[in-house]
Amino acid sequence: MTTFLIVGIVVLLIAIIVRIAKTSEMVSVVKGTKETMEENSKTFAYIFLGFMFVFFGGIAWSLMKYKSHFLPESASVHGVWIDNIFNLTLAVTGLVFVLTQVALFYFLFKYRQRKNAKAYYYPENHKLEMWWTIIPAIFMTVLVVTGLFYWYKITGPAPEDAMVIEVTGKQFNWIARYPGKDGVMGKRDYSLINDNNIIGMDWNDNAGKDDIIPTELHFVKGKPTKIIIRSRDVMHNFDLPHFRVKMDAVPGIPTTFWFTPKYTTEEMRKVTGNPKFNYELACAQICGQSHYAMKMAVKVETQEEFNAWIGGQQSYYTTVMPAAAPAPVAVDTTAKAESKKAGI
Amino acid sequence: MSASTHHHGHVDQESIYHDAVWHEHNSHEPANQHDHHDTFFSKYIFSMDHKMIAKQFLVSGIVWAVIGGLLSALFRIQLGYPDEHFAFLQTLLGHWAPDGKIDPQFYLALVTMHGTIMVFFVLTGGLSGTFSNFLIPLQIGARDMASPMLNMLSYWFFFLSSMVMLSSFFVASGPASAGWTVYPPLSALPEAVKGSGAGQSLWLISIAFFIISSLLGGINYITTILNLRTKGMSMARMPLTIWSFFITAILGLLSFPVLLSAALLLIFDRSIGTSFYLNEIYIGGRAILDQTGGSSILYQHLFWFLGHPEVYIVILPAMGIVSEVLSVNARKPIFGYKAMIGSLLAIGGLSFIVWAHHMFVSGMNPFVGSIFVVLTLIIAVPSAVKVFNWLATLWRGNIRFTPAMLFAIGFVSLFISGGLTGLFLGNSTIDIELTKTYFVVAHFHIVMGVAAFFGLFAGVYHWFPKMFGRHMNSTLAYVHFFVTFIGSYLIFWPMHYQGMAGLPRWYYNHNSYESFSHLGDLSKFISTVAVIVFICQVFFIINFFWSMYKGRKVTEANPWEATTLEWTTDEILPIHGNWAGDIPTVYRWPYDYSKDDREFIPQTEPAREGEHVV
Ligand code: HEM
Ligand SMILES: [Cu+2]
Ligand SMILES: [Cu+2]
Repeated sequence: MTTFLIVGIVVLLIAIIVRIAKTSEMVSVVKGTKETMEENSKTFAYIFLGFMFVFFGGIAWSLMKYKSHFLPESASVHGVWIDNIFNLTLAVTGLVFVLTQVALFYFLFKYRQRKNAKAYYYPENHKLEMWWTIIPAIFMTVLVVTGLFYWYKITGPAPEDAMVIEVTGKQFNWIARYPGKDGVMGKRDYSLINDNNIIGMDWNDNAGKDDIIPTELHFVKGKPTKIIIRSRDVMHNFDLPHFRVKMDAVPGIPTTFWFTPKYTTEEMRKVTGNPKFNYELACAQICGQSHYAMKMAVKVETQEEFNAWIGGQQSYYTTVMPAAAPAPVAVDTTAKAESKKAGI
Repeated sequence: MSASTHHHGHVDQESIYHDAVWHEHNSHEPANQHDHHDTFFSKYIFSMDHKMIAKQFLVSGIVWAVIGGLLSALFRIQLGYPDEHFAFLQTLLGHWAPDGKIDPQFYLALVTMHGTIMVFFVLTGGLSGTFSNFLIPLQIGARDMASPMLNMLSYWFFFLSSMVMLSSFFVASGPASAGWTVYPPLSALPEAVKGSGAGQSLWLISIAFFIISSLLGGINYITTILNLRTKGMSMARMPLTIWSFFITAILGLLSFPVLLSAALLLIFDRSIGTSFYLNEIYIGGRAILDQTGGSSILYQHLFWFLGHPEVYIVILPAMGIVSEVLSVNARKPIFGYKAMIGSLLAIGGLSFIVWAHHMFVSGMNPFVGSIFVVLTLIIAVPSAVKVFNWLATLWRGNIRFTPAMLFAIGFVSLFISGGLTGLFLGNSTIDIELTKTYFVVAHFHIVMGVAAFFGLFAGVYHWFPKMFGRHMNSTLAYVHFFVTFIGSYLIFWPMHYQGMAGLPRWYYNHNSYESFSHLGDLSKFISTVAVIVFICQVFFIINFFWSMYKGRKVTEANPWEATTLEWTTDEILPIHGNWAGDIPTVYRWPYDYSKDDREFIPQTEPAREGEHVV
């Protein structure tokens, strides 16, 4: 019933507007279409000027209103650099935006059609054109140079002592793997994957027997963390929005991203003023039906808390092969994994 | 350049045209008598008249735009009201919307098909097809395209491609669902998403036909522009519309074949067991052992090698149209004509070497990424020059607010807004944060989607009198403009905010993460405006089709007082062959507005004594 009502009203409204439009066309024909256009030009000039004010006002208002919705201060060290360049770019583009849009709407207002007025024949001015090629070029150079300076820092090699974690994407969840006590991740082979061996661990490799596959990702505050990102089916994207981390997970081609967490979950709760705040790992590359819900909980904690947590985890080997003896459990998950790069 | 510049003789053209098309006429008097030879089929269906082919592309483009728009309205309903059920969705979509709620896989199909349709069928086929066909012969002073036959084939390949794409909606497993870029492995494996079954096969076949259509069209446009210009129409006197169609056609010719290769390799991976793109995959409960060693990154390189030029294939014709409309209605020459051509060439050239800015986080070597950062930000310079030149064209004009002019103005505003966000994305460091979020969606919809649509609308409102001999209703056009202009900003501006809040694209439900769930009310607002703006496009549709038959008749040959050749045809509605008498000769550039106390000086007017002409 309401559907019909809404459809009815919409159709009626459209019909009325069409009717008015036809009538006004007849009126303008009687008056002369050229004359009507001249008369209208003032109206349009004011509408555009009005639009400009509402436009800028709306942007300012909405920015204030939604500021709190934007990503809060970065929870990683490099994220702060990204945010700074973002802000620099925002300042530069914001200035250009205001200048050019104001020029546009002001010119429409000022130079609207007037009776007997004449446009100014002004086909070119090489000097002017040269300047407005050079000035944007200078701005671009500044943006590129600052951008690339940080780009190389961010994408450069991870520090020697970085903690290494492997994360594998699959439809539709993430599988994290920490090396066990030996600090080395065991070999894996995709042809060994089955329901009881979700990333295809090669059990002939003893290095893998203590590897841990927990259901949550844990990072240590202040500890450089290198993620080895893989996929076992289609492409995914390892997305930690609060850490400003994104990297594709490509089947058959491991990728990496390293970063240093800056705030523990607890601290971030204070930063955001949200006592229930939690970090999340998302998938940012279309990967099928449940792409929109392919998440994993993430926790950042102190080294002590982390040690306690990982100490309480069982190795994957023991969980899938209950008969086997419990493997010793890891505390130190650092550099050695790097050096051996097992399973990659 | 002197007035006597003379590249191609009148005679050549007449003979080409004579041999190629019209058997029965003496080409020097291509009079109207030929009408009685036309059957319904040869006139409306298998027409070889560039103007009829243009109209075929235009009407097809409009039909596709309605379909593409409807799809977006449907998925916006899901995004705006994720918890509600709508009976009409089930009526419309059947098992794709059980209980009135869109199925998550079908959501992806809707998004994929929306993007595919809008980018390829509306803004490439519809926009270039319409205006390149309609304007190239008319504005350079030719009787038709170099090969009217290829031109007709170009439309019919487009039609065939359209039908194949449309049919994919009716296969049981649904249309392609891997995003408009159809990255493998998602697009290669039916186990990964249903749409990667028959729907994806049809998608690939359709795109192959589309590419053929586009190549046939492009070759023709280039040849026609190079060879069939009338006497006096040197390259340096071509309207910017023609320049933009010319460069667009070259871009298409060089980049579409690469997409064809990408698609072919994908077809091979899907059907004959090759592994160009596949590697170490476990899916559907089994490891795919015999297809290893490929790289899905290879596909991305191939796709974007077309994909980036493609976005310029979409926008350059719109830029050409806007330049023309702005100049006519500001009653001023386009400012910096040479710089406008130079920037078109620069953008065209650079567009081939920036593609990997779509792949900053694909795992590509960071050094390679940095090269693409530099090249990408270089391309922003000619784009900026264009904006400044448009603004300078308006400066001290005598601006007539025709409907076409409103859309051209809207284009400039949108192009500024959307171009500037490119500077964020082109900077790889910032792109880490923004890539694959709604910020990208906002960027490309404003700078490409809406802006190119505005170019299309400007073109239709401006050349409708020449196409159909009737006027469109201005009041309806004004309503259409303001709703669409304001509505588009209301829809796409807040998407920047969603992107700055980290919200990824391609999500069926924006509330599934705690990190993003507070964005739900913005999504609802966007969806509501999107549906309203979509409905308001009826003002254009009604106006277009009604005016075609019932609109006020055009009485003057040159209603906008423009200088270009299309307004010099002997009849208001040009006959097949365009000029009943001799083809006009050109004596000056197309932008002599408000020169020497004249309101405008047509290109066909010889220079007066002592007058300096370009
Ligand atoms: C001012 C210069 C521009 C720059 C620097 C720029 C930069 C970029 C970058 C870096 C991306 C990739 C973002 C990402 O996926 O993370 C992008 C996406 C895109 N841009 Fe631009 N852009 C510019 C202008 C344009 C223009 C003029 C168009 C079209 C007319 C356009 C259309 C697109 C499209 C369609 C996408 C997204 C494709 C997709 O992922 O589905 N851009 N742009
Ligand atoms: Cu995903
Ligand atoms: Cu691009």
